[in-house]
Amino acid sequence: MKASAFSYARPTTVPNALELLALHGDRAKVLAGGQSLMPAMNLRLISPKLIVDIGAIVELRGISLKGEVLLVGALTRHVDLHNSAEIARYAPLLKEAIAHVAHPAIRNRGTIGGSLAHADPAAELPACMMALGATLLVRGVHGERRIAAEEFFTGIYETLLSPDELLIAVEIPVAQRNSSPFFQEFSRRRGDYAIVGLAAQAVLKNSGFSDLRLAFFSVGNRPHLAKAARQLTNVVVTRSILSDASDLLRQELDPHEDQHATPAMRRYLANLLLRRCVSKLLDRPDLLEEP
Amino acid sequence: MTTTRANSDVLSMLDRPNSYIGKSVPRPNLDRLMQGRGLYVSDMELPRMVHVAFLRSPHAHAKIVKIDAHDAKRMPGVISVVTGEELATVITPWIGVLSHLKGLKSAPQSAIAIDRVCWQGEAVAAVVATSRAAAEDAAENISVEYEALDAVTDVIAALDPETPIIHSSLGDNLAFERNHDAGNVDKAFAQADQVVEAEFVFGRHTGVTLEPRAVVADWNVAEARLTIYQGTQAPHMVQNIAALHLGLTESQVRVVCKDVGGSFGIKVHIYADEMAVYALSKLLRRPVKFVADRVESFNTDIHARDHRCRAKIGVKQDGIITAFEIDDLTGIGPYSMYPRTSAIEANQVVNLVGGPYANSNYRARARVVFQNKNVMCQYRAVGHPIACSITEGLVDLAAMKIGMDPVEIRRRNLIADDGYPCASPSGLRFERLSHHASLNELIAMMDYDGLRAEQAALRAKNIHRGIGIASFIEVTNPSAAFYGVGGAKISSQDGVALRLDAQGSVICQTSITEQGQGSESLTAQIVGSVLGVPMQCVRVIMGDTDNTPYGGGTWASRGAGIGGEAALQAAKILRRNILNVAAAILQSMSADLDIVNAAIVNVSDGALRIELSELARIVYFRPDTLPPGVQPELMATRHFVPREYPFAFTNGIQASWLEVDTDTGFVRLLKHWVVEDCGTIINPQLVDEQIRGGVVQGLGAALFEKCIYDERGQLTNANMADYLVPMPSEMPDIDVGHVVSPTLESELGAKGAGEAGTAGAAAAVSNAVNDALRPFDTIVTEIPLTPRVILAALGRI
Amino acid sequence: MVQMPISFLVNGERVDAVVPARLNLADFLREHLKLTGTHIGCEHGVCGACTVRVDGDIVRSCLILAVQMHDATVETIEGLSDSGEVADLQRAFRERNALQCGFCTPGMLMAAQDLLKHCPVPDRDRIREHLSGNYCRCTGYQAIVDAVETTARMRAP
Repeated sequence: MKASAFSYARPTTVPNALELLALHGDRAKVLAGGQSLMPAMNLRLISPKLIVDIGAIVELRGISLKGEVLLVGALTRHVDLHNSAEIARYAPLLKEAIAHVAHPAIRNRGTIGGSLAHADPAAELPACMMALGATLLVRGVHGERRIAAEEFFTGIYETLLSPDELLIAVEIPVAQRNSSPFFQEFSRRRGDYAIVGLAAQAVLKNSGFSDLRLAFFSVGNRPHLAKAARQLTNVVVTRSILSDASDLLRQELDPHEDQHATPAMRRYLANLLLRRCVSKLLDRPDLLEEP
Repeated sequence: MTTTRANSDVLSMLDRPNSYIGKSVPRPNLDRLMQGRGLYVSDMELPRMVHVAFLRSPHAHAKIVKIDAHDAKRMPGVISVVTGEELATVITPWIGVLSHLKGLKSAPQSAIAIDRVCWQGEAVAAVVATSRAAAEDAAENISVEYEALDAVTDVIAALDPETPIIHSSLGDNLAFERNHDAGNVDKAFAQADQVVEAEFVFGRHTGVTLEPRAVVADWNVAEARLTIYQGTQAPHMVQNIAALHLGLTESQVRVVCKDVGGSFGIKVHIYADEMAVYALSKLLRRPVKFVADRVESFNTDIHARDHRCRAKIGVKQDGIITAFEIDDLTGIGPYSMYPRTSAIEANQVVNLVGGPYANSNYRARARVVFQNKNVMCQYRAVGHPIACSITEGLVDLAAMKIGMDPVEIRRRNLIADDGYPCASPSGLRFERLSHHASLNELIAMMDYDGLRAEQAALRAKNIHRGIGIASFIEVTNPSAAFYGVGGAKISSQDGVALRLDAQGSVICQTSITEQGQGSESLTAQIVGSVLGVPMQCVRVIMGDTDNTPYGGGTWASRGAGIGGEAALQAAKILRRNILNVAAAILQSMSADLDIVNAAIVNVSDGALRIELSELARIVYFRPDTLPPGVQPELMATRHFVPREYPFAFTNGIQASWLEVDTDTGFVRLLKHWVVEDCGTIINPQLVDEQIRGGVVQGLGAALFEKCIYDERGQLTNANMADYLVPMPSEMPDIDVGHVVSPTLESELGAKGAGEAGTAGAAAAVSNAVNDALRPFDTIVTEIPLTPRVILAALGRI
Repeated sequence: MVQMPISFLVNGERVDAVVPARLNLADFLREHLKLTGTHIGCEHGVCGACTVRVDGDIVRSCLILAVQMHDATVETIEGLSDSGEVADLQRAFRERNALQCGFCTPGMLMAAQDLLKHCPVPDRDRIREHLSGNYCRCTGYQAIVDAVETTARMRAP
């Protein structure tokens, strides 16, 4: 399984990279960590004519606190996210999620930008960005744009990124006081893609939620921010209310079928995650049981 | 943790001073493997060597209308593009049948498909180039016109009159059928208090050896000799078959094995693409290298264990089993594999069901059908996992039906430990097994009662743990009854040639082979012990048909029992020869002398008489100083073949302790136990590690592994992300215990141990899951036990 | 065919080469430098047989292009063996028979050494977790976990 031949460029600045992408369009592919791109190329699932290796672009690295947001460079590796004190403090959901991404050797190369741009529906980071209400900073030759995470992912391996654009960084709102993350995924073996997963961020108030973002992944062709969360905010959550939210969730999900699960099973597991999430965040073990 | 209880006296040859028998010594020569300095065939390079990539059919069944390689041939680095027709001038086709499998039929198979492809992944052309990458580039530029044909992809439908016949000359898609009827099954079911029926379904598996299949074939036209470098378990078999199909004599072919990155039976078969590589080398008159990539491996390494079996057990209220009955259906590929055939697995299932139990009423039907899927053949524990899962699953179902504890029902039915020799209703002859002693050892090791109490306590808290027990018997040390009687040129004997060299080192050439199980170590341990020299003095040469005796190789757990016995006998003879020379040199009686620690000593007081190195110096360089007429012989060769028993059966029992998350359907393996009786144990650590590795393959089968074909015959999960092999986080620790019942057929008394772990592991897990799910009144008799299967069984989805 | 010059350190030695862009690091090490201790098992990053160290981190060499290694520091099993860095791990592996066919072993040793650098006294679950991306078909993993555990204990002050 050897990749097809290609030309290789290693720009050192964003403008250089963008020029190359503008020139070559969809005959070029961006190489970041390579942990998703290289398998696809080795399997000859894709055969780009030009690889634009952005690994030398210093501007794309780094995590910094800028007021109320964490600015995370697109080339930040998974391992760096996991070890980062800023992430641990201001976006603990990410730190928890990263432990589920593949294996140590993959996390040493894989990048947040790569994961988001690749947009595997079963990946953890896209859902985390949605749960955190993050904004993706994207640049093309014509300028920069800001895209909300919840709009960025449009389908299987599809995003709003055009072939001549580069994901530069992610802005993550700093976790508020009284905010709590929840992360859980069901995978057949450690490090495997999830059968179903949930990345959630809540703001707690008066034994309830004043804000709740539930981002399910591996539930269809892209991660899904559950509308059902609205049923659970600014109310006293009872078993009945949770049950209604469950029904809504079942309806709004359109899960796919694969070797691991039927759509019914994915709906079932998503619901299980919903109940576990709400029960854990509110410290309400009574909410775990199905009515 | 390992515990051992000896069941008989250890024989004298094994009791010699400084004996290594029964010692967990580290294997020799591991440094190079741990430093990354091994030499696997996939590492090899020869001068002028070229690489081959195969263009493979995307269709499960299609006519090859036209192959246009015009553009491909002109691409950079391309040496040649060869089709099936072109290759057929160099290598003849084969048919995978054996005469003792009555009625087994198959069609001729070519090294590269001619006119028609019969499974998705079958090679339709070979591209030979200066690099694998260049060959793959060229392969993309070959255009093949196919005419798709209906594919047979359902085992049940395969026998429908409406379903197309894959090979019209064969008349139908039934490759083999075997029927067996012993005792009076109908009467036995009528007399039973309960009859339980179930359908057992098994996922198709494959070996996933970490080093894929790799071969370097080197035809030297000036010498008219073909050297095949291949990680095969049976080099003499490959030599024989390569010669036969390439029109060469046996002595024109040399097979060299090198280090092998895992085999488990995958690399004991004859593959069309490997035969193509031998032929390509002959055609191109230069070395040709083929290393299967992972996707190719999934699509073309043999598959196994694709069975559905309706099975029945009759039991009386007092727990006595009255009868077993099975109707097994297995779907192989479009050809029966060569030369061991794709009927052996089903034949073994018929042979082995009910094996541990003292029941004499048994009826079986097994049918093997052709499909347009990858070929199927022997993979570790051949047929045993199926037979054991069926048998042990039925026994547990019977126990549940009559309200008896699963250990108790086994106590009442396992063949008594003093009931040997005896035969099973399927005709298997058992020399001596230890089912009850093994069961007792297991119960003690696992603290069965303690686990039952823990299970009950946790059940009250809605935590569902289960215990599963699985008894098994396992075929080892096969005689010619396995293959030879059917006409296969597969040797059932092995040989060891042993010599003392001039400086006192011992060179040992053995016909068994090494894939990591410890063949080298067991051989050196036996030779060192019997001869009386430190292991470090013994250099073992294996895996080279030019430089070893003729033999069967390592498969069906025969290396220790057969190759080990040959080593023991050769060492005895060499020892005798050395002592005869020593007696002549020392003017003593050879009976008064012994060899200890590489020196001749007095038996009486252990006093050193002469070092072996000094004796060797005299023999090789100063024979003029020997007494007149003395002709020393410091080399000895002995072969061994099992004659009395067709197979040396071993027995064992396994237990699984696991937890089923009834919310998610996930199974967590908490612990596993094995008690194994494989006769004399040469190296306890190596035996235990074989068992552990075998168990984990069985655990993979139980929970994870399945080759998933769609209805068009496409293998949909041909990569390591989608075919799930067991990885470290999900596997439990495994405790191993032993009972020792040596075979009297050899002086060594060793039976085999390589496959026992795989035979019973999945059965234990299945039984444990069903045990855990008792409160939910649901039974699952299919593997893999995925979360989806369990949630469906629980009615959650 | 595009050929590119690269220069980097492999096991402490400067290596200069001209390679096609598509050549991955595993193939470069094996075919150009004849360092065949790094093995190829899947070429899609799942099995761990190709694990090497780049700039101190374990990585899948089948998922890295050789041309990306310009100015990098690469260490393979041969280098770790010759420097003695994993000598105690190797001793423990031998004693415990934590290898059978040996094909996964270079990658396992790399991953185990990486674990012990970051977590000097791991429990068995932690060991299994860190090795969760390294496939072994022969051992069933228990002996490997034992050997790593033993080594950790012996390294502890």
